[in-house]
Formats: sequence, structure tokens, C-alpha cells
Amino acid sequence: MARRAVSRCPLPSTDPVGTQPLLAVRDLRVRFRTAEGFVQAAAGVSYDLFGGEVLGIVGESGSGKTVSAMAILGLLPATAEVTGEIVYRGQDLLDLPTEELRQVRGRRIAMVFQDALAALNPLHRVGSQIAEAITTHQHDVGRRELRDRTVQLLADVGIPNAASAARRYPHEFSGGMRQRAVIAMAMANDPEVIIADEPTTALDVTTQAQVLEVLETMRRRTGSAMVLITHNLGVVTGVADRVLVMYAGKVVESGAIGQVFGEPAHPYTLGLIGSMPHLEQEGGRLRRIAGHPPSLIHVPRGCAFHPRCPYAQVPAPCAIEVPALRTATGPGHQSACHLTGALPPQPTG
Amino acid sequence: MSFSYVLRRLLQAVPTVLGILVVTFVLIQMAPGDAADTLSEGDAEYTRQLRAQLRLDRPLIEQFGAYATRVLRGDLGVSSTQNGRSVSSLIAEYLPRTVLLMGTAVVLSSLVGIALAARAGRRPNSPLDSTVSLGALVAYAVPALWLGQLAILFLGLRTGWFPIGGMTNPRTDYTGLEHILDVVAHLALPVLVLATSEVAVVYRVTRAGILQETQKEYVRTALAKGVRSDRVLSHHAMRNALLPTVTVIGTRVGFLFSGAVVIERLFAWPGMGTLLITSAERRDRPVVLGVVLVVAFALVVATLITDLVYALVDSRIRYD
Amino acid sequence: MTEGSTEPGATGHKSAAGPLLRRLFRRPAAIAALVLVVPPIVAGVLAGQIAPGNPKAQAYPTFRPPSGEFLMGTDNEGRAMLAMVVHGLSTSLVTVVAVVAISAVIGVTVGALSGYRGGVVDSLLMRIVDMVQAVPSFFLAIVAFAVLGSGQDKLIILLGLTSWTPLARVVRAQVLSVKRREFVQAARSLGSSGIRTVLRHVLPNVVPAVAVLLPLLASRVVLIEAGLAFLGLGDPNRLSLGYLISNAQPHLQYYWWMSVFPGLVLTSLVLGFNLLGDACNDLLIRASGGSVLIDRASPARSRGPRVDGAAGSIEVSAAID
Repeated sequence: MARRAVSRCPLPSTDPVGTQPLLAVRDLRVRFRTAEGFVQAAAGVSYDLFGGEVLGIVGESGSGKTVSAMAILGLLPATAEVTGEIVYRGQDLLDLPTEELRQVRGRRIAMVFQDALAALNPLHRVGSQIAEAITTHQHDVGRRELRDRTVQLLADVGIPNAASAARRYPHEFSGGMRQRAVIAMAMANDPEVIIADEPTTALDVTTQAQVLEVLETMRRRTGSAMVLITHNLGVVTGVADRVLVMYAGKVVESGAIGQVFGEPAHPYTLGLIGSMPHLEQEGGRLRRIAGHPPSLIHVPRGCAFHPRCPYAQVPAPCAIEVPALRTATGPGHQSACHLTGALPPQPTG
Repeated sequence: MSFSYVLRRLLQAVPTVLGILVVTFVLIQMAPGDAADTLSEGDAEYTRQLRAQLRLDRPLIEQFGAYATRVLRGDLGVSSTQNGRSVSSLIAEYLPRTVLLMGTAVVLSSLVGIALAARAGRRPNSPLDSTVSLGALVAYAVPALWLGQLAILFLGLRTGWFPIGGMTNPRTDYTGLEHILDVVAHLALPVLVLATSEVAVVYRVTRAGILQETQKEYVRTALAKGVRSDRVLSHHAMRNALLPTVTVIGTRVGFLFSGAVVIERLFAWPGMGTLLITSAERRDRPVVLGVVLVVAFALVVATLITDLVYALVDSRIRYD
Repeated sequence: MTEGSTEPGATGHKSAAGPLLRRLFRRPAAIAALVLVVPPIVAGVLAGQIAPGNPKAQAYPTFRPPSGEFLMGTDNEGRAMLAMVVHGLSTSLVTVVAVVAISAVIGVTVGALSGYRGGVVDSLLMRIVDMVQAVPSFFLAIVAFAVLGSGQDKLIILLGLTSWTPLARVVRAQVLSVKRREFVQAARSLGSSGIRTVLRHVLPNVVPAVAVLLPLLASRVVLIEAGLAFLGLGDPNRLSLGYLISNAQPHLQYYWWMSVFPGLVLTSLVLGFNLLGDACNDLLIRASGGSVLIDRASPARSRGPRVDGAAGSIEVSAAID
């Protein structure tokens, strides 16, 4: 397969050694004003994304994973109040004026959304929407070259008959093909960072695997870093290098994938893993995490997870003090739990 | 657009056309006197001929068939009060004037309404937006008949800016460009009044459409791609947002015609509405029925056009 | 399509009218609506008391401007404008109440029948709804009165027979949504979900939508009645605001009060009803996250103007017209 011509000059490396994060999120807080009060969707999220790596962010709906991602590109609704820092290439994206932020969107940092049918304009042909991604940032592309690049992108993501597919409308595609088109659209300008928000949630299991593979292939070609957001642990295990576990707007555990899934330190992570069906499991019930996700307006005092935690020591410290992230089983592995290191040994798998 | 879609739409119109013919036929039967009287009062000779043509001695179905054929061939009878002029020639004379009035009003109100909505859609609930929305509500609520009088009073009588009646100045004999300008001057006030409530409707519906569309996910995707926000509005959201607008404009045509009748009366505009009313007052039934038929058919055509325009804009429909 | 107010506990009698009314009064639009609508209604109802006798048979001095003696002045034939306006109001009100009542009865019946029975009955009724809806009622009234002669009762019947379609659609939609739920529960339930159960669930969801549609219908009826009278096709035995406005036409230049007072009162009624519909829409439907679903059946069945809670009375009535 012919290599796609690189569409822009490679960015000068700001960090030759590779120890500086590409994207640094610091104490990100997002809240929405509603009739019933403030909804604290993200309560102090911090993480780093390094070049070329895949960072998985895992959590239930309402954990704040999507909101934190939206904040990066400034895609939150006007009712959102955002504080903190999101540093990319030395600039705080949250402080950037719209016109400059526009230069980042879709070009340096691109997003892949969950529901491809909703994400694409139903009245525009798929090809023209991909072409728009290109022409928004590259103004001197001729019509023929534009068409060729669009078709090539569609072919790269594995859509058959790419040329005629480009002339079709979104509703004419199947779910998996549509999602591939969305991926093609995100990759159109060889972004440095891809943020994939639940890219496979709307798909059936077989298609999920295919789409993930496409995503990973495309990513490796350009060497982009990726933030992969999902509530599905299985999706993360195959692809991510590091993972964050989020709950009620906070990061409760983070580390390399082997650390977090091999030796989970936070009770919530334990619960998540325990509730995953396992091929080697011999009958028995799936363990559930008791209780419901908390209301983000009235977050439980102290550790937000304590009402559902089987190890919680109430009232002190779990119901009074908010736990900070502290090192768990090894360097790079952190858990926000008062009982880190003091949990009873867990049955694995 | 697929030919089969157009064909299907045309076929769907057939039962409606049939229905219209049935209704007018029933109305004729309900009126006093027999059908020939109703369609040709006054002219005894013509009435006799008509009676034979309509086969009034035959069963109702055949009568209906005869009636329907006559209508579809363009023969709508003869006016009972206008010296035996044929109804179709009368309509041919008056109809274009109403089309001019209504057409201008529709185009004007749509353009202004959509433009206003695009402005308001940028900043919903801003002071500008709230004021315009309130203004739209009031404009919609003020009855055309009174608004027309206010227009006559303030824009015509008191200030002399616009002529207040008729289509042309009867005291002059313009031709060519001067004639056109004269008509335009006389057209101004009626169109203004007719368009006012329509602007309100178009504005509100389009604004609601824009607000709805801008919350959709594909708008967010476009923003995430880095597209400029005004291009997002004009290129992405607008087209989708206009779909309900197209439908509503089509729906309003019937109502617009009713408004036109009142407006024509107010401003003495010699269109179908005036023809209808004066014929009604004189009990000139052939003309009234002819007008009814033509207007009903025109509405069917208008709905057809609306649907076709909609399909043009929304490709999802065409491929069904 | 949403299922209207399906908040837990929103079953008919449990929906408290008290707090609802209180919230209604807190909205400026609703207050404005009531201010615009209530005084004319009261005046119309008390017409006989405020201006006893036949206003047309008066013989006061002609063309008197508004003053202490004649609050709204007198017209070209020496009749007191106030008396005539008030009687015109009563004509409008009688027409509105009668038409709304007839439309409500027909609309709810047809909608419920169509939704509950489904199948052939439903298709047939919906076809009828389409045909009735396609006819512009104002225009039809002009024609009917031209051919058959005018009269208030004829007008009421005609309008009543042509204005019920939006109500039918809404009621049908609610019945269908309830029926669907019933099917799901049918497997588990032992009792038969007869028409009584369906009604019990349908009614509380129907009331909000109907509450929105009725004021809008009222405003349309007021306009049509005035328009017909304006054109000279109103009931000659009754006074109408439309007639007053038409009467003022030749005298516009110097005797503004002949046009302004009837016009203001008419506008007040129409605006007030529209605002009322708006407020009800805001309150009852938007609050519960539902929508007044008015879908035009064929041919735009799947995409007709779907009016959601963000829309106001104009959008809704534009969809109805």
C-alpha cells in the first residue's frame, strides 16, 4: 500500500529525550450550574500524556472521563465552569483564544467520538466531511489532491470501494464502517494526539475488535499518542500502555496497565475487575459493586467511593478525609485510598 | 432526485384532487336549484346547454364524472353577474395578481425571517434575541385586518409615503418601467402587512431549528475539527435547521391565502380574494366555485412543491 | 417520541394542581397572558350589564372622540364604541367557547378511538384527519357562507368540524404510547388492560398537551370570526369586532378611535391566548421533558414539524395551521 504523503512539516521536537509529557493536565475542575445546584463533573483531575503512548481512562458514566476530555479542546457547553491547566506544547489550552485553539483542534489534537451516526452531518457526504477536516487546516490543497487524499484515508481505515464510499451519506454505512470513517476524519491531518471517547461503545463485540484494530494501526503509522476513554476494561487491556481509573470526577488509580490490572490497589478498581466475566471462571456469580454511582451535586464526604466500599473505615478516615494519590505497589502506580498498602490480599481473576 | 420519488408524490396528490372535486360537487348539490343553475345562473340558453352536458337526469356518479371532466378541461362555467364572461378567463385575469402578492410576501418573509434567526441563533437568549422574539410574538398576534388599517393610517394617510389602495394609480396611464414601479409602490403596503405575521412564524421556527441543531453532536464534531464557528452555523447547522422551516412555509400557504383575501379587501388589491368576495356578495356562484377549485388545486401544487424542495435539501428522504 | 410526563407518580389524580398553579403565576408570560385575556373575557361576559340594550340602535352624537362620557368615543352613526366593543367581545367569546368545546369532544374521541383500536380504524381516521387538516378553515368558511349564507351557529359548526385535528393527533399519540407499554406488561399482568386502564394512564398525559392546544385554538377562532365579519360574511344579527374594524375603514383618517379600540381589544385577546398557550407549554410540557408531538401524517409522516418543548406557541400553531 502506498504511503500517504506526510501532510505537514514534522513539528520540532520540544523534548529530545522524551521525558516531558506531550499533554499535561493539572488539577482540572469542571462544574456545571444547574437548577438544583452545581454539578462537579471533574474534581481535580491531573495526568500526563507522553508522546506515542496510549493512555486509557476508565470509569462509569458520570465519572468525569468524557468531561475531562472535552475540556481539552474546549468543547464543553457554555454552562461549564472550568479551572485548572491543560498544557500542550508549552501553552495552556484553557487560556487560549478561540482562534488559536482552532488551530489545535483537528490538527494537533483530534477527537474520535462515540456515536458515528450522530457525529457526522447526515446531510453531507462522508467524503466531503473528511475533506473538510483537511481543508480547514490546509488551504492550498487542490481539488484532485483533496479527493485523492480523502479516498486514500478511507481506504486506509479499511473501507472497501473507498472512492464510491466517499460519495455516500452517513446513513448508508454500517456502524463499524461509519466509525472507521470517523477515525479517518480524525487522522486526516496526522494529529499528535488522538482522543477517542468511547469509540466502540455503540458497536457490537466483533465490530468493536475490528475498529480498535483500525484505530491502533492508524495511530502507529503516525506515532500519535492516544487517550482512550471507555467504561469497558476489556477494550483498554489490549491497547493501553497506561491507565487511569476515574470515579466521581477524580482519578482514583493510575499506573501502567500491568500494574493496575495485575495488582489493583483501589477498591473501586478491584470491583471493576471483579465484575468482568472471565473465560477461566468456573460458574459462580459475577461480583457487583454494591450501591449506585454518587450524585455529582451531593458528593459523599471524604472519599467519594466510601459508601460502596467493602473496606471502608468509617467514620475515620474514609468518611471524613479526601484521600490523595499515593504510591501503591511500585513507581508510577498510584491509588487514592486511605488504605493503600493495607488492603487484605485479593483473589486475582 | 429520483424520478420514482417525484412520480410517487404526484400520484399521492391524485386522491386529494379527487377529494376536492367531490367536495365542490357536494357543495353544488347542496345549494338551492339544480347544478346547472348553480353553474350558470342568468343565462337561460347556456343553462339549457349545461343541463344537457351535466346529464342531470343520470345517476349521481355520472353527473360527477361529467362535472369532473369539464373542470379538468378548464371549463368552469360562466359568471352570472359579469356579462357572461367565462369563469376561467376571470380567474386567469385575477390569479396572477394574487400570486404576485403572495409570492412576494412569502419570499420576503422567508428571507428576513431566516436572516433574523441566523443572527439570533448565534447568541440565544441575549437581549437582542429576546427582544426580537417578543417582537415576533406580537407581530404574529396582531390581526392582519387591523395591522393593515394601522399601516394605511400611518404609512399612507398620515405620511403619504405609500398609496393605500388598488394596484395602479387609476388617474395615470403608465407603461413599461413606470407601470412596474407604480405596481411596486402599490404592492408595498399589502406585502408588508401580509409578510409581517409570516416573518414571525419563519423566524421562530428557524430559530428553534437552529437552537436544536447547534446542540447536536455533528456540530460538536465540526468544532472539534477546527471549523470556524460561523462556518459551522452556515454550512452545517443551517441546512438541517431549515428543514422544519420548509415544511412550515408549505403549511402556511393555505393560511397565507386566507390572509391575502383580507388584505386584498383592505387594500382594494384586484386579486382572487377580491374576486371571491365580490362574487360572494353578488351570489355569483359559478365564480365562487371556480375560485374554490383553483385555490384548492393551487394548494395541492404548493404542498407538492414543498415536499419536493424538502427532498432536495434532505437526501435521506430521496433514497427511500 | 417521548411519553409525555411519565415522572413516577404522575398518574392523574396525584398531579397536584396547587403547586402547578403557583408556578404558573410566577412566570411573567403567564401573568401578561392573564392580564390580556381576563379583562376582555369579563367584559364580554358582562356585556349585557355594562352596555344594556341594543348598541346598534343608539343615537348619540356622531364622531365624538374618547372622553369622560364616551370612553371609546362614538362612530359614524352615533353609536357608543364601548358598548359595541363589549358586545363584539361577547360574540367572540360565545364562538370561541362553543368551537373549543366541539373540537375538544371530537378531537379527543377520534384520537382515543384511533389510538386504541389501531389497524384499519386508525388508518381510516388518520386519513380523514389529513383531509380535514389540509383545508384552510378560514377559506372554507368564506366559501361556505358565500354559497350557503352566514350565521353564527353555522360558523360554530363549521369551525368545530375543522379544528379538532391537532387534538386528535396528540391524543392518539398518547394512547399509542400507553398501549405500547401495556403490551410489555401484558405478559406479566393477569387482568385485561381494557379501555379503562388505558384511559386512566392516558388522561394525565393528555391534559398538558390539550391545555397547550386549547388557548391556541381559541386565538385562531377569534381571528377567523373577526376576519369573516370584516369581510361582511359574519352574522348580521350579531355585533363583531371584525365588523367594527371594517366599519372604521372609510373614516380612518380623522376618527382613529373607531379602529384603534376594537383592534387593541382583538389584539389583546389573540396575544393573550398565545401567551397562555406558551406558558402552559413551558410549564407543563417542558418541565416534564416531554413534547407536544404534532406530526403531520402522510406524506411527511416521519419528519413533519416535530415541535418540542423548546418551541413556543408560534411554532406549535404554525404546525397546526
